[in-house]
Amino acid sequence: MRALYFAWVRERIGKADEEIAPPETIKTVGELMGWLHGQGENYAAAFAHIKSMRAAIDRTHVKHDALIGEAREIAFFPPMTGG
Amino acid sequence: MSARIVVRVQKEVFDAAAEAAALTQGRSDIGAVVTFTGLCRDEGGALAALEIEHYPGMAEDEINRVAQEAASRWPLEGIVAIHRYGLIRPGEPIVLAVTASTHRTEAFAAATFLMDYLKTEAPFWKKQHLADQTSDDWVEAKAQDFAAADKWRA
Repeated sequence: MRALYFAWVRERIGKADEEIAPPETIKTVGELMGWLHGQGENYAAAFAHIKSMRAAIDRTHVKHDALIGEAREIAFFPPMTGG
Repeated sequence: MSARIVVRVQKEVFDAAAEAAALTQGRSDIGAVVTFTGLCRDEGGALAALEIEHYPGMAEDEINRVAQEAASRWPLEGIVAIHRYGLIRPGEPIVLAVTASTHRTEAFAAATFLMDYLKTEAPFWKKQHLADQTSDDWVEAKAQDFAAADKWRA
């Protein structure tokens, strides 16, 4: 699946998007964030405060306990500051 | 009658007066138009520019969803919601919310609702470029903005 990163999550990881292949045991958005946290120093910095982070599956906001299922695109970002 | 909804996410500056005029063009049944424009402040000279990042596709989808929600809550004739991205200088407009209805109460309420939800649900992020070039920081989400959006859920 495609992972997208925005704002300081993108800056800390050092890329805007990438193809990721988490193990089968990763079922929820929260578990995926935990797995990404372990993928290197830059990922650990980006996912240091998982609780306050937001996620979207196929361009729809989801909670951390949402199942990843057949998601094609999953995005991670800080709380929004538009308007 | 269902509301005419116009949603745009763009880099270019918009013309708030022209957008509001287009909403009432040829209509004689609209009694109230509320136009809200959010501008970039210079924070007392400290801010050189804002850089707004967005999630293309989802930004449009979320604004549309919020506009549809507004149209389902109040009897509106029209909605225009425009949000800019990219580099924005102090004094320039960032966001526009226009609501049109038969009476003012609905137009005011719907415009407030649109802005409260846009700030907390639409995927946009502001980065501040400071005038003294010391550091560039991402704007932090404010608890008061989430409280403002939450009050509509009651």
